[in-house]
Amino acid sequence: MASTRAWLLDDSPTSLLQANLGRSYRIVLALMRNPLAVIGAIIIFVLIITALFAPLIAPFSPIGQDLANRLQPPGGTHWMGTDELGRDIFSRIVYGARITLTIVALVAVIAAPVGLLVGAIAGYFGGWVDRVMMGITDVFLSMPKLILALAFVAALGPGIENAIIAIAITAWPAYARIARAETLTFRHSEFIAAVQLQGASPFRIIVRHILPLCTSSMIIRVTLDMAGIILTAAGLGFIGLGAQPPLPEWGAMISRGRSFILDQWWVATMPGFAIILVSLGFCFLGDGLRDVLDPKQGDKL
Amino acid sequence: MTIEPQTQPQMPPVAPEVVSGTHQRRFKQVALAISGFIITVALTFLGLLAITFFIGRVIPIDPVLAVVGDRAPKAVYEAARQAMGLDRPLILQFISYVGDVLTGDFGKSVSTGRFVADDLARFFPATLEMATIGILIGVFLGVPMGVYAASRQGSWVDQVIRVIGLLGYSVPAFWLGLIGLAVFYANLRWVGGPGRIDIFYDGLIPPVTGLILVDSLLAGDLDIFRNAVSHIILPASVLGFFSLAYIARMTRSFMLDQLSQEFVTTARVKGVPERLVLWRHAFNPIRVPLITVIGLSYAGLLEGSVMIEVVFSWPGIGNYLTTALLNADMNAVLGATLVIGAVFIFINKVSDVLYRVLDPRAR
Repeated sequence: MASTRAWLLDDSPTSLLQANLGRSYRIVLALMRNPLAVIGAIIIFVLIITALFAPLIAPFSPIGQDLANRLQPPGGTHWMGTDELGRDIFSRIVYGARITLTIVALVAVIAAPVGLLVGAIAGYFGGWVDRVMMGITDVFLSMPKLILALAFVAALGPGIENAIIAIAITAWPAYARIARAETLTFRHSEFIAAVQLQGASPFRIIVRHILPLCTSSMIIRVTLDMAGIILTAAGLGFIGLGAQPPLPEWGAMISRGRSFILDQWWVATMPGFAIILVSLGFCFLGDGLRDVLDPKQGDKL
Repeated sequence: MTIEPQTQPQMPPVAPEVVSGTHQRRFKQVALAISGFIITVALTFLGLLAITFFIGRVIPIDPVLAVVGDRAPKAVYEAARQAMGLDRPLILQFISYVGDVLTGDFGKSVSTGRFVADDLARFFPATLEMATIGILIGVFLGVPMGVYAASRQGSWVDQVIRVIGLLGYSVPAFWLGLIGLAVFYANLRWVGGPGRIDIFYDGLIPPVTGLILVDSLLAGDLDIFRNAVSHIILPASVLGFFSLAYIARMTRSFMLDQLSQEFVTTARVKGVPERLVLWRHAFNPIRVPLITVIGLSYAGLLEGSVMIEVVFSWPGIGNYLTTALLNADMNAVLGATLVIGAVFIFINKVSDVLYRVLDPRAR
């Protein structure tokens, strides 16, 4: 064990693998020293486990109705109570973790690479390519995100897939800006000039040499954005434009509970706690990651 | 909810003050800043129009079918298509669309049967009123909180303010609004319920500005004013919470930058009272970046009010937008998107240019 640790922390690694693993190990060590980051990581780990093993964790079916037990207060067999169709709220929240995780993962998988590529291409080529691409990026960036997402969902039609597309459309410009700024810092470095002289194509330089260097700032930004993505998705669900019933999406659950808020407060309240917990988890982890990977950013989000 | 502006003002590095140039040079810089401002705003508006135009085009509902019905013969369909100008090239359609919007023609709303422009003019003041009260709450609580947190860095007050800041990024606004209604309206009866005013006060005073708080004072009717206050205070506080969270966080970080400067140490060594050190020496230099933060936050509130309006049945532009969305009333959706987007862009750019004009270091 001690030798593994020494091998990982070796100041002069002998292989690429050792260097990469050592770097990751140092990041994990630094993160472990930040209590909030650890809490955030635990919350997200629990979210992933919950989503993976939802059928094992949930005591009841998320869509099975039990009208005899409708609107039961928390306690006993239903410790978060039941909703207006007698469905166990805890089971629905557990299954809802799958939907939330799917949304954030898909938005990240669609928006981050698009933004990364746009920013890297603009930064690498410069000139009019840069001006046109960044002009478009800035237009998207100065739009109100939520309104734009709403308008896109209105055009595409309600539903969870369209909500994901709409959120991704509003999310990529921030990543393009970051990727361009990063690219500009090493655009004229000697290592780029060296690969150019070896005859590498622009495509190869961008994909193999520029994109990997942008990933760490991208990971920070994506993690910090997760809370916003979750809230936007929940908001779309709340308005009725996101996930459609009977899907146990947290925002849509709050929307259903709205009619009972005065007498059966738990129907709307419980999914809200789930949203807050998961969003806070991503905020904590994102803050911690930024402190470790990009200390110069300091307190500014 | 993210009432978090998408651009962040950056504190410029504190450089030794450059000897200021002549008035003429100063005038030139301001003129340059303003013309650059006009160009970027115009281009961004054009981009916004292009996006709404595109959304109106990709919509799967055929606008011609909506007019002639799906059993119309081919000839009628073609005639209607030509009458609506949909057979022209897209670029020509876009140009006439821009012309329509610039002359205030957003088309007719299918659900209300009125012109969208008239609807928007009727609904916008309610949103403006709520967002303005919200930003006032955010500024008058958030700035002192941020200053205090910075002066007691690491204390429990600082931790509480830090947690509030993080909650501002992770609490859904519509959920907070619902909980607020349940607690303060239904249980404690401290505030008025949904809507801008109780139903029996509705329509009693002449709508001069459209802002009920102002109109009731103009009419000299204090009962209506009190009633309107009891209705607006909860939704505005919920909105204010989110701007407070953001403003306090940014104020704290700006203040920490200043408090680590040498002139602050000098002032303390000279024996300047701590209150003066905080509010004069440290706070004065951050006023300009704070204006930008407040402007961005205000723009964010106009957007964020959409969810709050739905929860509080607030007859503002956000409620209009969501109702139109659910009815697939595309003219109304695009009109509301354009208006919110335009105001958002305008406030964003104005606070950006204000920053550059006011801060001597950014010139």
